[in-house]
Amino acid sequence: MKIVIASGKGGTGKTTLSVNLATALAGVTTTGLLDCDVEEPNCHLYVKPAFAPTEPVGTPIPVVDEELCTGCGLCARACEFNALLALPGVPLLLPELCHNCGVCAYVCPEKAISEVDREVGMLGAGEVHGMYFRWGLLHVGEARSTPLVRAVKDLTDAPALHTVIIDAPPGVACPAVEAMRGADFAVLVTEPTPFGLHDLRLAVETARQLAMPCGVVINRVGIGDSRVHDYCAQEDLPILLEIPDDRRIAEACSRGEVFAAVDGAFADKLRVFASDLEARVQRAVTR
Amino acid sequence: MKVAITAAGPELSSPVDQRFGRARYLLVVDVPERTLEAVDNTAGMNAAQGAGIQAAQNVIDNKATALITGHCGPKAFRALKAANIDVYLASGGTVAEAIDQFEAGKLEQTSSADVDSHW
Amino acid sequence: MTAAPSPSAPGHSGPQLPVPRQLVVLSGKGGTGKTSVVAALATLASNKVLADCDVDAPDLHLLLDPRRVQSEPFVSGKEARIVPERCSACGDCMDNCRFDAIGMTRLDSGRSVYVVDPVACEGCGMCARVCTSGAVELQDAERGEWFVSDTRHGPLVHARLNIGGENSGKLVTLVRNKAQELAQEINAGLVLVDGPPGIGCPVIASVTGADLVLAVTEPTVSGAHDLLRAADLVTGFGIPLAVCINKVDLNPDMAAIIRGVCAERDFPVVGELSYDTAVVRAQVEGKSIVEHGGGVADQIRDLWKTVESLLAKVEE
Repeated sequence: MKIVIASGKGGTGKTTLSVNLATALAGVTTTGLLDCDVEEPNCHLYVKPAFAPTEPVGTPIPVVDEELCTGCGLCARACEFNALLALPGVPLLLPELCHNCGVCAYVCPEKAISEVDREVGMLGAGEVHGMYFRWGLLHVGEARSTPLVRAVKDLTDAPALHTVIIDAPPGVACPAVEAMRGADFAVLVTEPTPFGLHDLRLAVETARQLAMPCGVVINRVGIGDSRVHDYCAQEDLPILLEIPDDRRIAEACSRGEVFAAVDGAFADKLRVFASDLEARVQRAVTR
Repeated sequence: MKVAITAAGPELSSPVDQRFGRARYLLVVDVPERTLEAVDNTAGMNAAQGAGIQAAQNVIDNKATALITGHCGPKAFRALKAANIDVYLASGGTVAEAIDQFEAGKLEQTSSADVDSHW
Repeated sequence: MTAAPSPSAPGHSGPQLPVPRQLVVLSGKGGTGKTSVVAALATLASNKVLADCDVDAPDLHLLLDPRRVQSEPFVSGKEARIVPERCSACGDCMDNCRFDAIGMTRLDSGRSVYVVDPVACEGCGMCARVCTSGAVELQDAERGEWFVSDTRHGPLVHARLNIGGENSGKLVTLVRNKAQELAQEINAGLVLVDGPPGIGCPVIASVTGADLVLAVTEPTVSGAHDLLRAADLVTGFGIPLAVCINKVDLNPDMAAIIRGVCAERDFPVVGELSYDTAVVRAQVEGKSIVEHGGGVADQIRDLWKTVESLLAKVEE
């Protein structure tokens, strides 16, 4: 099963839950952890892989064959993203604006346009602490992260995995949606605060728009108030797990430690949570 | 020669629009005759991105060889440079005043973008 | 209309008023307390316009009880729509779409046709080009809304991005420009911007042209890591960066490491805020921590004094 850990708001504990859950399941079942927050990846700070992201990831961009190009400018005028500029000679490409849609090559009457890869970030993948870990690091200054998110999610070269945990970037924009797409179940992490509730609503709306079954994990229970609980009851959203506001967890996190690795009770709780998720995924499939 | 100027209105008396990509009008002025053609620069305003590139395309398509604007970002500058269009910066005033200064050689020609993208 | 220029847009005509300073509050990592700090600064700073550029997950309004005075659709790019009556179900659109944005659906009549997933569609128009039945229409895509509101701490420009909305960078730019425009209109000296998390397009759009960036971090491995990535971006733009360490007592060792890195890279640490449950209590009451009161409130007052003096230096 593929579980995506998401949230509207940043800092609710997506990464904490992802790495702790993956750690609790590693060794019990074949487990994969994919850090799809390629702008600000953090899972590696906790799972501490020996490998760095060294495999370049590119996104295809057009190249124009100067021999064949007649300078007609059709490609530039067809580009909805303004990534090509028609000049008297060969058009100018602005690679950072290119969405790799292929329209320019399609419209070129001379078939003068082909595609090459432009590097946007780095990918790392391998075994660590009994789990398969995959993460990406977007180059600073790159605006579009979706191609790298897609590369992190591509499990073609990965071993067979029973459980795949995807740590999504925060928010509701394209990178978050790209990370969520194709998962069997969305676990939405929130805090019992007004900010947490507001952003949970957005996350729920996202999952519903993707027609993805979802449930809520409430982190730092004890701070704030009861409005997140009230909202879940009202919306008939299952509360899958409640993690108490425990300074030990916060401190372990701050040091880059995985609490589930040192606290057996917490690890057990997460394993129960995982089997509950599996049952929910199976119910959603049969339905 | 033809000079393109970003403007808030369609006339010589209109103020220079400090923005390039999202300027209201592009005035293409024959110098020294001062006949002009006003090009609506807002057609691509709803484009998701690349307003500066679209504006640069407007400048090129109208056969201007120089551009006067307030600020120019890196992508637009790259586009204009590729088309051999000189970029001059005007800090305010009307289109007519900017052309006066241009003809008097008092406008600063810029050799690089003066603002970041997304300006 | 979204980004249509108005005659009152900055830099158009009339007397040149002093340009308001732009202070952008960032965090790199989410959840470090950035918005709580912005709300506190909003309470302390006088004569300013507020801008919530975290358009993915805008929370600032929750502490400011805004009254909307203007709301506008945010139109950006195109999206495709397939007219079912004209679709011949050949599948060319799906084969050529690079964004997996086209699927099949069964009409009430029992006929199967292709349909566009508006969340995945990037509006490139490939489907319209390959369709031989003329069944695809490209239309302007409404991807969110933006607002101008009145609050007890002055005007607030904010926005909401639809789910899966692309180009939040453009919406961020729109919010910032609108705030800047408003500030010039009312002669405000400061635009206070609540920035988005991360380092991608929306962040680039929110720091462009800023006078000072205040990064709110926390003493955790992730906080430190993300602070440095955001710092690289900000300094790459040549913008001065100041740092606030929130929840500083959570991990004193990590706080010391962050202080060290800041000293090394010449980032002034302008404030250190204690871990204080009053921040969440203030949030529950819909107040800023300064309005709520408590130990952290005094620390933020000191922080603001330092930031104000940095802003004054930027002016020189």
